[in-house]
Amino acid sequence: MKLRDVKEILDADVIVGDDKLDMEVKTAFGADLMSDVLAFAKAGSILLTGLTNDQVIRTADILDIAAIVLVRGKRANTDTINLAKELKIPILSTKYILFETAGRLYAKGMVGCVEKVDNASARN
Amino acid sequence: MPVPETDHISYQRSFYIEGGNFNYAGIVSTSIKSILKQMDFPGDVVRKCAIVCYESEINVVSYARKGVVNLTINPDTVQIEVIDEGPGIPNIDQAMQQGYSTANQKIREMGFGAGMGLYNIKSYSDAFIISSELGKGTRLLMTINIKK
Repeated sequence: MKLRDVKEILDADVIVGDDKLDMEVKTAFGADLMSDVLAFAKAGSILLTGLTNDQVIRTADILDIAAIVLVRGKRANTDTINLAKELKIPILSTKYILFETAGRLYAKGMVGCVEKVDNASARN
Repeated sequence: MPVPETDHISYQRSFYIEGGNFNYAGIVSTSIKSILKQMDFPGDVVRKCAIVCYESEINVVSYARKGVVNLTINPDTVQIEVIDEGPGIPNIDQAMQQGYSTANQKIREMGFGAGMGLYNIKSYSDAFIISSELGKGTRLLMTINIKK
């Protein structure tokens, strides 16, 4: 699906990246723990998160995350938004909770960037 | 004429990290990533380097007074060395375990401090060396292979 479809499905506001809504996105990862995002998320995925600081943008940049979806109606502050603009990372904001956000996207065909973590990297 | 050792290094640059300044946490990793990208390294090499550098940078900002990142590009490998002046790690085996953390609230608010950092660094590195001296600091050396 396109990022535009993600916006429609989630009734989301586009905070950054109005010009990138035609980008194709197929997979997603959801977490508030950036170390887990770094451990498991894949390039080109969208990141669903409730964390709104600079580290979310940096983490997304490091991993070549396609776009960030802030859940639970979260908004980033101006500095964080400017960093996302600078690094050209789209940000959407939806009022749906993480569970609903993931479920609605999954129902429309989006899948996780990994299904399960393998034993070697599973959390204790 | 014998070729001096330094001729094998094709690129070397150092970056400084200020401990405790969370505003700039990640800026060195972003720079290193963009340097490697501009040099046209494969995506997975760039990503691995960026991840190990970022987790290390977060560690320096979180725990140390200051640190330096030395980026060295050799013909077959990228090496990232991170040396900090800080408290050091009392028990490295324990620190390497997933889930072990001494992080404070500030670090956790940033989305880190869940005891995944060193574990992630090791798992994304093709070779990883860690040494630490209590009261002095910690040195990490990560090697990423460049697949031809």
